[in-house]
Amino acid sequence: MSKSSVDDLVEAGSEYHAGFVTDVESETLPPGLDESVVRFISARKGEPQWLTDWRLEAFAKWREMREPNWAHVHYPPIDFQAISYYSAPKSQTDGPRSLDEVDPELLRTYEKLGIPLHEQAALAGVVPDPAAIGTPAGTNVAVDVVFDSVSIATTFKETLAAAGVIFCPISEAVHSHPELVQKYLGSVIPQRDNYYAALNSAVFSDGSFVYIPKGVRCPMELSTYFRINERNTGQFERTLIIADEGSHVSYLEGCTAPMRDENQLHAAVVELVAMGDAEIKYSTVQNWYPGDENGKGGIYNFVTKRGLCAGPRAKISWTQVETGSAITWKYPSVVLRGDESVGEFYSVALTNNRQQADTGTKMIHMGKNTKSTIVSKGISAGGSENCYRGLVRISPTAQNARNFTQCDSLLIGDQCGAHTFPYIENKNNSATVEHEASTSKVSDDQLFACQQRGIETEQAVSMIVNGFCKEVFRELPMEFAVEAGKLLEVSLEGAVG
Amino acid sequence: MNLLDVSNLHASVETDDGPQPILKGLNLTVKAGEVHAIMGPNGSGKSTLANVLSGRPGYTVGGGGAMLGGNNLLDLEPFERAQIGMFLAFQYPVEIPGVSNMEFLKASIDSLARARGEEQPNTASFMRTVRELAASLDLDPAFLKRGVNEGFSGGEKKRNEIMQLLLLNPKLALLDETDSGLDIDALKVVADGVNRYRSESNGVVLITHYQRLLDYIVPDYVHVLSNGQIIESGDKSLALELEAKGYAWLT
Ligand SMILES: Nc1ncnc2c1ncn2[C@@H]1O[C@H](COP(=O)(O)OP(=O)(O)O)[C@@H](O)[C@H]1O
Ligand SMILES: [Mg+2]
Repeated sequence: MSKSSVDDLVEAGSEYHAGFVTDVESETLPPGLDESVVRFISARKGEPQWLTDWRLEAFAKWREMREPNWAHVHYPPIDFQAISYYSAPKSQTDGPRSLDEVDPELLRTYEKLGIPLHEQAALAGVVPDPAAIGTPAGTNVAVDVVFDSVSIATTFKETLAAAGVIFCPISEAVHSHPELVQKYLGSVIPQRDNYYAALNSAVFSDGSFVYIPKGVRCPMELSTYFRINERNTGQFERTLIIADEGSHVSYLEGCTAPMRDENQLHAAVVELVAMGDAEIKYSTVQNWYPGDENGKGGIYNFVTKRGLCAGPRAKISWTQVETGSAITWKYPSVVLRGDESVGEFYSVALTNNRQQADTGTKMIHMGKNTKSTIVSKGISAGGSENCYRGLVRISPTAQNARNFTQCDSLLIGDQCGAHTFPYIENKNNSATVEHEASTSKVSDDQLFACQQRGIETEQAVSMIVNGFCKEVFRELPMEFAVEAGKLLEVSLEGAVG
Repeated sequence: MNLLDVSNLHASVETDDGPQPILKGLNLTVKAGEVHAIMGPNGSGKSTLANVLSGRPGYTVGGGGAMLGGNNLLDLEPFERAQIGMFLAFQYPVEIPGVSNMEFLKASIDSLARARGEEQPNTASFMRTVRELAASLDLDPAFLKRGVNEGFSGGEKKRNEIMQLLLLNPKLALLDETDSGLDIDALKVVADGVNRYRSESNGVVLITHYQRLLDYIVPDYVHVLSNGQIIESGDKSLALELEAKGYAWLT
C-alpha cells in the first residue's frame, strides 16, 4: 500500500521550531494573585495613582466574575493562584531601555525566532539602509518586542517621531502621553467586558502603544513580537492603537513561546480606535507553542481584541494567521459606529494534533451604510478541533448595513473536527447579510494529482493548504505573507507522515 | 530495450465489499517511438491499468510486474514514478482551488528537475514557455492565473493536461480518454499537441473509447482490453473494425 494517502498523513509528531528557552536572568514574582500583586506591578512600573486605582477596580470586578464556558474547547480548570503575574529579564529592569543594554541572549533569541533580517538589524541598534539589505524602500518595519512581561526594544523611534507617530511600550506611554492613555485605555474593551479582559486590566504587564496624528500615513509597518519565556508565567500584554482622523497605519503582531510541559496562560487585550477616515490594518501571525502531539503543554491563548470605528468612513481590518496555542479563544471584532465605516476580518486558523481553536469575529453595525466582510479559513488536521464562531449584529440605527461572510473549512484526515457557529442579529430590515460556508477535504485525488506531476507529498499538502488560504494571505503585508506560508508548512509537518 | 514492460499484471480495486479483481494477467510492451492505443468497453479496466501504473492509491497489485526504462514501477512512490518519466493525463482532472495553474506547473517542473539533479528553469523563461504552450493549445493566457482546473470547461481541462504533457516532456505518456467530451475542433488541438510530443525517444499509451481520435493520432498498435486482459492486438485497421462491429464479436 502506498504511504501517500491522506489517512497516512495524519500521523502526529510535529516539531515546534520556536520552542527553545532563553537563558536570561529574570526577576519573577512568585505565583499568586491578590491586591498586593496588582499594587506591586503598578509600583514596579512607577505608575500614576489613577492607573493603580484603575487596576484595582478591574481586579475587584474580576473577582466577582466567572470563567466563560460557552466556547467549544475543553481544558482542566485553571488555577489562577499558580501563575506568576510578573517576570522581567533582569538586565532590563533598571535604567533606560537602550539597545546596547539588551542582553545578547535576547538578540540571539530574535535571530532564532526568524525575525526578518532588517528587523534584526534594527533590533541590534543598526538603522539599515533599505537598499543595502534588499528591502524595498518604504517597507521598513519598526519593531517592539515584548519578552515575558516587559517591552525590550522599540526601533526606528526617530523616523517615526519625525512623522509625529508615537510608537512605544505602553508602560512608557503612561508617563510620556498620560492624557492619551487615560482617555482611551478601556474605552473599547471595558474592564468588565469578559473574565480575561478584567484579569488583563488588573495585571497587564506591557505591550505597545501607537498614536498616529491627524492625516498622517505611518511611514512604515509597525510590529510587535511577543515572547513568553519564563516557566509558570502568564503573559498579559495590552496594546492600544489610536489612529486620528484621516490617518493610516499597518501593524503586525507575531508571537512565540518555548516548549514547556505545563500550560501557560496568555490573556492579552488589544484596543483599536479609528477616527473618521482613518484606517487601521492589524495583522497577527500567532505561533505560540501548541503543546506536543498528545496535547501536553502549550499556551492557552484567551485574547480580547476589538476595534472601534469611531468616525465616518473609518476602516479597521483584522487579518490573523493562527497556527499555535493549545487552546485559542479569540474573536477580533469591530464596532462600526461611524457612518460608512468598514470592518474586515480575514482569518486562517490551523489546528493539528490535539489543538483546539474557537475563533471568529464580531461585527457590530451601528452607523448607516456600514459594511463588513468576514473571510474565515479553518484547517483541521490530526485529532484537533477547529471552530468558527461569529456574530453579525445590525442595530436599528444601521440603515443599509451590509455584511458578507464566508467560512470555509478544510479537513486533513478524518480524526479532526470543524464546526461553524454563525450568529446573525438583524434589527434593521434595510440590511443585507450574506453567509456562505463550505467544508472540504484535502482529497486523495488532489494529492495524487500533485504527486503524479512529481511533487512530493509534504509539498503537495502545503501547496493545497496555501491555495485554500490565498484570500487571506493576500491581505497580509507582503513580507509576512511569505512568513505565514512557511509557518503553515511547519505546522503541518506533523500531519504529513 | 523496452520503454514499458507490463507482464502478467494482476490488480484489484479496493471497494466497500472488499477487493475486486480488475486486471487479470495483462501484458503490454511499448518501445520508444511507439504509440499504442488501448480500446475496450466501459468498465473493462482501462483506467485501472493507467492508475495502477502511475501508483494511484486504492488499488492492490496481486501479481506480475511493470517496468519503466529498467525501473520496477511497483516499488516506487507515485511522485518517484513521475520523476523517472511517467505521466498520466487524467480522465477526470481534479480541481485544486487557490493554487494557480502557473504556480502548480512551476512546482512540478522544479520537483522534477530537483529529483533529476538538473537545474531548475529560471522563472521568467519558464513563464514565457508556458504562455507560448498555452497559446499553441488555444488557451487564454488568463487561465494560467486561475486555480488548477478551477471552473475550467471540460475541454479546457483536457487541453491543460496536454499542455502539461508538452511542458514536462515525460518518457511515457498515459492518456486516459483525453478525447472524451471534446468537440471536433478541440479534438484536433489535443491530437496536434500529442503529435508534437511524439518522438523517437518517448512512448504513448492512448486509452480511448472512440476510433475517431485515431484518425488524428495514428497508432502503431491497437489493443482490445476486455475483462482485465488484452484479448486482441493489431494495427490501426483493428480500430476501424471495432467501430464497425462493436466489441461483442471478440468476447
Ligand atoms: N473505486 C472503485 N470502487 C469500486 N469499483 C471500481 C472502482 N474503480 C473501478 N471500479 C470498477 O472496476 C472496473 C474497471 O473500471 P475502469 O478501470 O474505470 O474501467 P474503464 O476505464 O475501462 O471504463 C469497473 O467495473 C468499475 O466499476
Ligand atoms: Mg476509464
